[in-house]
Parts: sequence; C-alpha cells; structure tokens
Amino acid sequence: MTGKFMLSRRDLLKTSAAGAAFGLASAAFPIRAARAAAATVGFIYVGPKDDYGYNQAHAEGAAALKGVEGISIVEEENVPETVDVQKTMESMINLDGASLIFPTSFGYFDPHMLAMCAKFPDVQFRHCGGMWNKDKHPMNAGSYFGYIGMGQYLNGVVAGHTTKSKKLGFVAAKPIPQVLLNINSFLLGARSVDPAITCQVIFTGEWSLAVKEAEATNALIDQGADVVTCHVDSPKVVVETAAGRGAFICGYHANQSPLAPEKYLTGAEWNWAKVYKMFVDDLIAGKPLPNFTRGGLADGFVKMSPLGPAVGEAARKQFDATLAEMMKGGFSVIKGPLKSNKGAVVATEGQAFVETAIELESMDYLVEGVVGSTA
Amino acid sequence: METTDIGLWGVPLAMLGGAIRVSTPFIFVSLGEAITERSGRINLGLEGTLVFGAMSAYAVAVMTGSPWLGLLAAALAGLCFGLFHGWICKFPKVNDIAIGIALMLFGTGLAFFFGKPFIQPSAPDLPAIPFGAWSDIPQVQAALNVNVLFLIGAALAVFLWWAFRNTRVGLIVRVVGDSADAARAMGLNPNTVRLLATGVGGALAGIGGAYLSLYYPGSWTERISSGQGLMAVALVIFARWNPLGCFAAALLFGGAGALGPALQSVGVTQGYYLFYAAPYILTLIIMIATSSPSRTLAGAPGELSITK
Repeated sequence: MTGKFMLSRRDLLKTSAAGAAFGLASAAFPIRAARAAAATVGFIYVGPKDDYGYNQAHAEGAAALKGVEGISIVEEENVPETVDVQKTMESMINLDGASLIFPTSFGYFDPHMLAMCAKFPDVQFRHCGGMWNKDKHPMNAGSYFGYIGMGQYLNGVVAGHTTKSKKLGFVAAKPIPQVLLNINSFLLGARSVDPAITCQVIFTGEWSLAVKEAEATNALIDQGADVVTCHVDSPKVVVETAAGRGAFICGYHANQSPLAPEKYLTGAEWNWAKVYKMFVDDLIAGKPLPNFTRGGLADGFVKMSPLGPAVGEAARKQFDATLAEMMKGGFSVIKGPLKSNKGAVVATEGQAFVETAIELESMDYLVEGVVGSTA
Repeated sequence: METTDIGLWGVPLAMLGGAIRVSTPFIFVSLGEAITERSGRINLGLEGTLVFGAMSAYAVAVMTGSPWLGLLAAALAGLCFGLFHGWICKFPKVNDIAIGIALMLFGTGLAFFFGKPFIQPSAPDLPAIPFGAWSDIPQVQAALNVNVLFLIGAALAVFLWWAFRNTRVGLIVRVVGDSADAARAMGLNPNTVRLLATGVGGALAGIGGAYLSLYYPGSWTERISSGQGLMAVALVIFARWNPLGCFAAALLFGGAGALGPALQSVGVTQGYYLFYAAPYILTLIIMIATSSPSRTLAGAPGELSITK
C-alpha cells in the first residue's frame, strides 16, 4: 500500500457517511459545536501511567487538571512510538473532540506528531522534549520540558552525607546528554559534601528492562555502592532491589518513597501539574499557547520528594541551604575548574554554565569522579 | 550497611549470582516447552502465559498475603492457557504456531487488563534459602541467596530427563511426538497426550512468570518480561529438547546476562552493548556450528511442524 492512497478506517467511514444526510449532520458539525464551550485535552503515555516513573509523573500532572472547570481530559497509555500514536491522536481529535494534545514521549514527535499537526491545523500539539524549532516546525506544534539536573544535584548532596563507603551508584538507560547531565549533577552534589566521593554508573542500554536494572543495581551494591539512584523510565525495580540489599535510594521522575519508606532519602520529581495548568489557563483565556516552554526547580517545573527519615541533620541543613540558593535562580552545577573523567577540561576556572545554557544540551562527557564510559 | 571490597572477584560472583537469579524463568518455561515439543506440538504462546502467570501470581499474593497461593494461581492460569492451546490445535488443519502467536498476544493483553489495579500494591516475596550464610562477605551472601523455585527447577530438569527415558509416561510422550501413526497403532490418542503435554507446559511457564513477579525482580509491571518466554522457546531447540540441556542453557543465559552490568561495575565500561549481545552471539555460534544441511537437528521430535 502506498502512503498516498492509504486511507485510515476513520477517514473511510467519514467519507462514506458524508453521502448520507444523517452522516453529514451528526458526524461533522454538532460534535464540534457542542465542545466549543468546553475544551478537551488529550494525554498520551508510552508506558503504564502508574509506573512509579516517567509516565506516572505525567499522569499526575494530567490528574491535577480534573478539577478545572470546563476542561475534560482523555488519556491513553501504553501507546508505542509508531503509527499507533497517530491513530490515538486521530481518535482523540475526531471522537473525543480534543483541541489540545500532549504526546509525552520523545519518539512521538517526528514523524507522528508532525503528521497530525499538518492534518489538523486547528488542533494544538505540545510535545514533551526540546525538539520544536521555529524555523522547521508548524506553529500549532510546540515543546515543553524541565531542567531536572539540579534535582539530581540535591539528591547528590543528601547522598554525599549519607554514604559511608564514599561510593555511589547510578543505573542509567542510555548515554544521552540529559542522562549524562543527571549523572554528573548527582556526583557534583555529593562532591560538594566530600570531594573524595566517586559514583559508579551502569548503562542498561534500554529505557525499561526490569531484569537488567535489577542486575545492575546488584552489581553496583556488590562493588560497595551504598546510595543508589537511577535514570530509567520506571525506577520501581531499582528502588526495590536496592532497598532489599540494604542500600539507600534517591528517587527520580516521581516519588518512590512508598516502595522503601526507610531507605528513601529524597528524589528529583517532575511537577508537570504546574506546566499543564499553565497551558490550560491560556486555553481557557483564549490566549495563544506558548510554543517553547522550559523551566527548572526555581520555576516550579521540578520539585523534590520530602526528605526521608534516614536523612541526618547536617544533610538536611545543606539540602535546605542549597535549595534556597537554587530558588534564587542563576545556580550553576557545571562550573570550572572541572575536568571530564578522561582528563579533558570541560569548564575552565571562572566558567559556569547555568541550567539553561545551550552547551549543556550537547553534553558528551562524564565528570571526574564518575566511573563509567559514555560508549 | 557493611561492605567489603571484592574488586574483580565481583565479575565471576555476579555471573554466578546472576545465573541463579535470572535463569529461573528460563528454566521453567523451557522445561515446559520441552514437554510440549516432545509431544509433537509447538506452543509459541508461552510468553503470554509467562506474563499472565506473573500478573495472576502477584494479584493473588496481594489479595491473600500468601506467595504460595500466588504461585498456585499462576500454575493454574498457565494450565488453562496450555489446555486451551491444546484443545484448539486438535482440530484438523489448525496451525499450532499461529495459535501460539495469537495466545501470546491474548495472554499479554489479558494480563495488562486485569493487572492494572495491582501495579501499585506490594506483594510478599517467595522465600529464599541463604546458602551463603557460611561466608561473612555480604556480596557472597547475596549471590548465594537461592530461591526455592530455582532448586525445584533444577530437580525438575533431572527428573524429566530421567522420566523421558525410563518411564511409561515419558515413552508415551516421545512416541506421540515422533510418530502419530505409531502412537495410534499402540492404541494411544495423540490429541489427548498433546493436550495434556501442552497443559503441563503452560503450567510450568506460569510458574516461571510467578518467579518474575514474586521474587526477581519481584514486582508486577507491564514491562516485567523482556522476552524471557520467547527466548526460552528458542532455548529448547538450542538444548536439543533435552531437559538437562535446557537447564544448562538457562544458566548460561542467566550468567551471560549478568556479565554486562558486572563488567561495568568493575570499570570495564567500553562497548557494553557488545556484552549485552553476548548470549545471542553465543547462541548463533553454537547453532551454526552444530547444524548441518544434510540431516535434521539431532533429537528433534519427528512430528514437530517445524521439522516436518
């Protein structure tokens, strides 16, 4: 079947119904008219929405909209990053009357969301990630994302105070810039407590591989790591395995403290509720939605889990002080003098990169003190 | 937490521990599939059975508080899936491979559907026996914490190997698998034997799933399986339909799977994608080295639809 003549089932139904008077009257106009007063917002997740991780963070943001007057939400989970997501978007638009859609996974953007942007110019699409570009992409598309590196820095501060072996562990999915920044931030946070601390990283190669994540956690603890954090889609397995071995945990994406209340120190969480409310407020007010939205801890896009019972007094103090400084804005995690773990200079004396710095988005190094390799 | 620096010893230790921890689902699914294939049928649906077993074990363990009841539920669910496969396949002109694929998708989908409310709660784990208690190195203790299901799996492999050769039931299964005509001449009904063999195979796959959700990694999520059910079906061919071979192959895959993380943890960090591919490369090499264009695979049941 060639792309040009490919007709989705829904298009076919629409076309054939158009012939019948009944079809034209009921299928096209009244639905749109009835929905004009209230807006429907669609959310699409790549995994289960209660995964204690990436998808749960988005679903919690979506759930925060449920009380907003005039807004109804539709959600679909476990949608693969294939043509399936296009079908999901079409059905949200045609059947549920969605006028704003949030496809939350990285791989939804190109070509799937872009195809839908062209097909439905009246519908707004906002993709989680940083891929929207004014020169290349349509104006009914857009990107939103958060800077969570400082959250991992704060994780590191608490981990640095808690570790006895001076070895931390990091279970990472893939060596992409955002993951590398999280690993580096975690270690630098810990080194702000004690410069002798090292962090061992293990890459599993995939965003979600339960057994390999468990093996990686065990291997880190076997090598002496006593505080573990991670950057995978669902930290549940890492948290439970580490707690089972008696190690402490710093969380990621969402709050995992119910899984290990005694061993959970704190965690870097997304606060998508804030972002989604912002979009929806604009939608209700009839204002144009921003195309490019970003923010970090100070902007409320990211938050920290409440400190757990194992966090000591000194850790608590430094955590609060660092957090207060970050909230003022302009805090830099990556600042000179700083070397990569291969010895290359990544920041010279006096050089500092704030979280919005464009250089950080092409990070391809692990800083000195991280044991691991990007390839 | 006490730690001891074990350095490079971590790698063999992780492989040993990994072989024990990771291999158990492979053992049960491949033993189950070995029984089914020895009777002349292929059940590709075991991946679905595994996932459904994982879900039902977790759900029942959450509701009753007993992991053993969860295990029983997984086995029963697996039995039902297996019997269903066996029942459909007794009709003429039904392709067992196609039914298997359908059941794989059905089992996974059904598990996701019923499993929704059980992702968040925590279930009690199956017990493990601390064989490492003699050592005061915590890493050794952790590696030698052996789950009872692993031991049952090992015993089962030996038992099946013996039973296929030495018991009447074993002979019946093998006859049906090698020649349906000979079986009929003996007064056996091949369909009944295969129905039961597929049922038992399904029950074992369900137990494999219970291990995933109730012990290692020990939680129910929709991504709990990373294709163990499918890999185990391939392991059976790799092991030449020999239960002891299945056990060895499962250990090999478990140990090889632990190699990548263990090497990274001691600082061998280059090329980890290659280490992750190690078990599959090994399989390919062995398959190529032992295959021959002039004869069928040694030990292959004659009635199997892929060898006919």
